[in-house]
Amino acid sequence: MSVTIDRTPATVTPTTVAPKNRRKRRGGIPYWLLVPAIAILVIGTGYPTAWQLVNSFRDYGLAQQFGKPAPWVGFDNYTSLITDTQFWGVVGRSLIFCAVTAAVTLAIGLGLALLMAAASRAARLALQISLLLAWAMPVVAAMTVWTWLFDRRRGVINYTLDKLPGVDMYRYDWLAEPLSFFAVASIIVIWMSVPFVAFSLYAGLTQVSEEVLEAADLDGASGSQRLRLVILPIIRPVMSIVLLLQIIWDLRVFTQIKILQDAGSNATEFDLLGTYIYKIGTGSQHFGVSAAASVIVLLITLAVSGAYVWRVMKEDSQ
Amino acid sequence: MNRRGLRKAGVNSLAIVFALIWVFPVYWMINSSFLANRTLQRFTPTWVPFGGSFRNFQAVLADGSFFKALGMSLAIAAVVVFFAVLFAFLAAVAISRFRFRGRASFVLAVLLIQMLPAEALFIAQYKMISSVNLLNTVIGVSVIYIAAVVPFTVWMLRGFVAGVPADLEEAAMVDGLSRSKAFFKITFPLLMPGLVASAVYAFLQAWNEFTVALVLLTKDDSATLPLWLRGFIQASATRETDWGQVMAASTLVAVPIIIFFMIVQGRMTAGLVSGAVKG
Repeated sequence: MSVTIDRTPATVTPTTVAPKNRRKRRGGIPYWLLVPAIAILVIGTGYPTAWQLVNSFRDYGLAQQFGKPAPWVGFDNYTSLITDTQFWGVVGRSLIFCAVTAAVTLAIGLGLALLMAAASRAARLALQISLLLAWAMPVVAAMTVWTWLFDRRRGVINYTLDKLPGVDMYRYDWLAEPLSFFAVASIIVIWMSVPFVAFSLYAGLTQVSEEVLEAADLDGASGSQRLRLVILPIIRPVMSIVLLLQIIWDLRVFTQIKILQDAGSNATEFDLLGTYIYKIGTGSQHFGVSAAASVIVLLITLAVSGAYVWRVMKEDSQ
Repeated sequence: MNRRGLRKAGVNSLAIVFALIWVFPVYWMINSSFLANRTLQRFTPTWVPFGGSFRNFQAVLADGSFFKALGMSLAIAAVVVFFAVLFAFLAAVAISRFRFRGRASFVLAVLLIQMLPAEALFIAQYKMISSVNLLNTVIGVSVIYIAAVVPFTVWMLRGFVAGVPADLEEAAMVDGLSRSKAFFKITFPLLMPGLVASAVYAFLQAWNEFTVALVLLTKDDSATLPLWLRGFIQASATRETDWGQVMAASTLVAVPIIIFFMIVQGRMTAGLVSGAVKG
């Protein structure tokens, strides 16, 4: 009910408002409250989305930038993408990158959450502070450090690996080959994402009560049985949400790839969906094609996250 | 007993090993920022910054571009925090205190918008902002940022608003407080943690954002801090990089935000959790 106050001038006295049934009588108020949020969403997100959809069916290039009308071309932009092997390469790489990175992030995050739960106070605190530091690093700052760590000539990673017996990593160029390029990108993304996953899962683990674990012990459950049959089922809801968020984030990864390309090469073999769209859009000015590519990314994301949205909506209506 | 002690020691050392791995890049950034380029050029790394200096920081700050970018970032963050929290608060009140036609559609829209990848929209956003001549301005970027932040802040705040019972305020009014007094004395303080949490979220998003800034801020003198910092890596591809200076620049961008994050972290997570649970 606090609502009404926010929009009512302070001069309004309580007597002007009947306290009972306010909810029903003031039918217009919730709509007024939603106006600013809806307006900004329409401008910042709704209109661009509609623009993408519309222009994915038009030939919108450099000439249209200078005022020429954009002709309608039906599904031409889509067919030119779908018949382009380069595009499928980008889609495939993005899906594999996303799957591998999200899976490893979840595995390490779960491992660290279990470690936090099992370790003594001092060790747990050390791990938590260190994860927090990594979590707080701004993406671009983290990227400069990682390019320095992986630097070909004087990077500390090449130095350390080279010291291992039988390994020759002297001046190894990580960013020259797509496979090692994406391995580096994946390591960086994992490093950045693990803290969130570890803290979320640890929060879930603290809800597993001691009694339940002791009961499992008394019943003769081994360590791995306890994990599989008692702990994991309890934290499964948290795990599924965290995994879903990771998948969405890793599918749209842009900053890390863009900045690694700055330091290495920006040939198409090093593109994921985000950088690819950026290139055909702002780079080659093929706005129609890039809009079509964006719509495809949108559909992939919605396909992945649809189930989650549906579940949340069901909970909300209860 | 002995076996158990051994196990505990193993778990603890494993935790320490992972702590070291995760903190190392942060440490390395700060370490390198104090070292002269001459020292960093050696193949053998210098693990501790003995004999270091603040010279890299002086060099990075010398041309004033850092402060320009800092000003830009602060201006954008201030605008985004203010409007995002205000708009989200009003919307959160509407959906958690009222049942009305269209409520479910709004909640669905808020959820769906969070799924939209920013990377799929920036072309259209670029076209839109440039058509109204707002490229390279605080307002142009802020509009996009506010729209990007509002859905999640609505989601977070609605848990907080729902957590403050309306009866509480009405009881205060029965006790003779005016409507506005009842709101500001009773409800508002209870909402404070939620407002702070969403302000912090909006601030961090606006402060660290890179993609939209890259697209909408094309001129050097309208760069935000992430764009300013990126300039250093870009230069590294074309000429011999002065890693000491790059790391000093990174440290300047990262350390204040790390400190800020460490201070507000507890509040943030509490906010996220109650937003998710109380909803």
